[in-house]
Amino acid sequence: MHDPSPADGLAVYVHWPFCKAKCPYCDFNSHVRAGVDQGRWRAALLAEIDHYATETKGRVVTSVFFGGGTPSLMPTETAAAAIGRIRDRWDMAPDAEITLEANPTSSEAAKFEALHAAGVNRLSLGVQALDDSDLAFLGREHSAREALDAVAAAQHAVPRSSFDLIYARPGQTASRWADELGRALELAHGHISLYQLTIERGTPFFAAHRDGGFAVPDDDLAATLFEQTQAAMDAAGMPAYEISNHAAPGEESRHNLTYWRGGDYVGIGPGAHGRLTVDGAPVATEQAPAPETWLAAVEAKGHGTRRRETLAPDLRARERVMTALRLSAGLDRAEFETLSGLPLDAVIDAAALARLVEAGYVKTDNRVLRATAEGRLRLNAVVAALLA
Amino acid sequence: MTDTAHIRNFAIIAHIDHGKSTLADRLIQQCGGVTARELKEQMLDTMELERERGITIKAQTVRLMYTAKDGQTYQLNLMDTPGHVDFTYEVSRSLAACEGSLLVVDASQGVEAQTLANAYLAIDANHEIIPVLNKIDLPAAEPERVKAQIEEVVGLDAEHAIAVSAKTGRGIDEVLEALVTRLPPPKGDAAAPLKAMLVDSWYDSYLGVIILVRVHDGVLKKGMKVRMLSTGAVHQVDSVGVFTPKRTVVDALTPGEVGFITASIKHVAETNVGDTIADDRRPCAAPLPGFKPSVPVVFCGLFPVDANDYPELRESLAKLRLNDSSFQYEPETSAALGFGFRCGFLGLLHLEIVQERLSREFDLDLLTTAPSVVYRVHMTDGEVRHIHNPADWPDSVRISSIEEPWIKANILVPDEFLGAVLSLCQERRGEQIELTYVGGRAMAVYRLPLNEVVFDFYDRLKSVSRGYASFDYHLEGYTTGDLVKVSILVNAEPVDALSMIVHRSQAEHRGRAICARLKDLIPRQLFKIPLQAAIGGKVIARETISAMRKDVTAKCYGGDVSRKRKLLDKQKEGKKRMRQFGSVEIPQSAFIEALRIGED
Repeated sequence: MHDPSPADGLAVYVHWPFCKAKCPYCDFNSHVRAGVDQGRWRAALLAEIDHYATETKGRVVTSVFFGGGTPSLMPTETAAAAIGRIRDRWDMAPDAEITLEANPTSSEAAKFEALHAAGVNRLSLGVQALDDSDLAFLGREHSAREALDAVAAAQHAVPRSSFDLIYARPGQTASRWADELGRALELAHGHISLYQLTIERGTPFFAAHRDGGFAVPDDDLAATLFEQTQAAMDAAGMPAYEISNHAAPGEESRHNLTYWRGGDYVGIGPGAHGRLTVDGAPVATEQAPAPETWLAAVEAKGHGTRRRETLAPDLRARERVMTALRLSAGLDRAEFETLSGLPLDAVIDAAALARLVEAGYVKTDNRVLRATAEGRLRLNAVVAALLA
Repeated sequence: MTDTAHIRNFAIIAHIDHGKSTLADRLIQQCGGVTARELKEQMLDTMELERERGITIKAQTVRLMYTAKDGQTYQLNLMDTPGHVDFTYEVSRSLAACEGSLLVVDASQGVEAQTLANAYLAIDANHEIIPVLNKIDLPAAEPERVKAQIEEVVGLDAEHAIAVSAKTGRGIDEVLEALVTRLPPPKGDAAAPLKAMLVDSWYDSYLGVIILVRVHDGVLKKGMKVRMLSTGAVHQVDSVGVFTPKRTVVDALTPGEVGFITASIKHVAETNVGDTIADDRRPCAAPLPGFKPSVPVVFCGLFPVDANDYPELRESLAKLRLNDSSFQYEPETSAALGFGFRCGFLGLLHLEIVQERLSREFDLDLLTTAPSVVYRVHMTDGEVRHIHNPADWPDSVRISSIEEPWIKANILVPDEFLGAVLSLCQERRGEQIELTYVGGRAMAVYRLPLNEVVFDFYDRLKSVSRGYASFDYHLEGYTTGDLVKVSILVNAEPVDALSMIVHRSQAEHRGRAICARLKDLIPRQLFKIPLQAAIGGKVIARETISAMRKDVTAKCYGGDVSRKRKLLDKQKEGKKRMRQFGSVEIPQSAFIEALRIGED
């Protein structure tokens, strides 16, 4: 894979905030609405694309990502219009990655070919589990069978695809997970995302978990499951390139790599966040999260930005340390310094680094700073120590 | 001038909650001192805290005019005494200003530890004591049983005990009449040189220090120059007066009378309870007996939970000391807790009161290190050090012997809890002196080391007796003890705020308890953390906090960056509250919690 520095490229994220039903574990900006005025929504998304294109004139778009919500519920014409508008307003890299998240239901799978025709060249499917009772627990509206069919349909329709699984579920044992992961691997084509179930504040799972409705594996079991997962994926030739993302070499999500390597990204749609370099300074943007508020704002003034903040260079640099250490490859010092305009040593605590190196959590040389497997398993604490 | 034959000075003494204040209010009301509404606002126990806890910290006095059945009008001076064991000396001075006492006993609860302690103080003061059975209106009142208790336990004749209900007013006339007929009038010579006792003093923001006095001989008048015999300080008297309970200026205080003076004194610390006040130009020959300077016996560190509150804490302590010279403080620095003060108190309750006033009146969130007593450490070179701070403890090779303070404690407890109370005393190195049974209750007299009492003894006593045990003590003196300093080490470094001086026999148990508590409080970190309790270089207890197994967020995409970075920024900010112990950082909150739990 051609591997341009994120300093050159620009990633474009488009948020589709609607779902058929809200999953009980999900804390994303997703909403259930009886009717969506598709015409207005399409026009608004295009308007906000125009707005950000003006702001980032001359940049080359290296990836587009439709996330949600459930973007596979979006009319194909809307995705096609958005992709078209992005091509019109920016230069698009010839090998640009255009990903769309999809639910693995049969009705959505039926749209995969049309989405490919619209320009989508990568699909990411929320399979989540290959066990029907666990799918029901997770509030998913599809069966394992349906999901397997959808994965096959995606692999047929677009050149690249991936799917997500959630593990460390209540009652999940190492052997059951090994079995499930084995079946998933038979299916995977180059990329798979494996997330440990996280109980997020404000979700139905949070209250149920707090009130003893169910228990999740403790840290010791979760660590064991994580390590087992790494070993299985290494053996399958799809090692982790990020905490929860596994790929065969070259099959990494280019769009997500832009986030982790600290490149610029535009955030379009309700609640989307962006990071831009404007006149050499890092700028953080955030769109209004409530769909109706965002829509009204875009219709009134051409964009739904609710916060726009110029970040101190060291704040953006701290973000880069935080995200880049999620990558197995770690943080490239030269790239970091180009993007941040700061030497890495100005941002991280030297004494903490020495202790972390000695303990085997971090490795560093004059080219790269990276967390070891042990370090990635405890990355929050490692990063907190480095950035203290 | 009032003829001493028409003066009666009396104190009301009682166990907490037996109705002392209500009876006082009733007597005042009966003599027409104030209306019921005024009573509530300005009567005895004026401080909010005092009212709430039923504890009087400052002595108060009220002059009542009572026309007795013999047709004569008497001046009755009611002395409300500080009501707790920590203030024994202050109580003894208040009692020394009176000739008699009303010993109030709750007719349903009977004699309790403080009933006994106060009765003994009154007996020591040669008081005529009138037993009063209060709350006689309660269905559970058992006057005959309680009378028997007073005779058996206290050793007073209770035949003429007066049954009253301070609540309904029943028996109040009888009490007033008994004061006149049963108490002796005071003695004194108006022509002799002035000899007055300083009973108590407090700070008033308008008048400066107000001094409560009892005149023995001579006359105290405005404009006089008076001399404090303990310090030699001379002050000019600005005003002389009495409390009715309203502050009322009078021309003079004559022998037998109780009242107040002001003399432009700025600090309560310049006045000593029990001191003799004399005429500077014609001083009396000898001071009144019984004067003692007040000496703190319990010490602890007070630290603001929020370091920014330090200047406020310093100011608040200074303000409190304006009115309470019996507590001391000096700055102290702790590696674990930052800047604070080492404070000395008359006892545990005094400590609690000061702590509560700081949090209540000054809105300070405070942390208290484990209370310590004052040890006499005999060094090998012959020097004797008085040490109350573990930080000052010398190296054991330089110590030849150590003495610790012991107390004599009276504990009254229903029979059913006696076993538990005795084993608690045994656990705390207590030595039984006496055990008496009186109708379903037992009285245990123990010698106990004070350092065992300041360490959660009250709380344990309450819990093993379900609140039914009552407890009182007085200091007995110093005895040699095998005491050691136990240090607590986190990641091989000592945590000053957690070190403590304990008897060798308790060291392992207490050290183990703190290590176990810290193990629960300190979150797992990237590195394993050894926790040790040690005497000198010798480890006596050990725990290990193993390294965390997993701490990583599953998802972090473009929309998560802001939130997660802000979290990191906050953690960085919170690092100010972290304490570095070698390679690990311990949140200060862990130490705070460790100390707080210790308070429970």
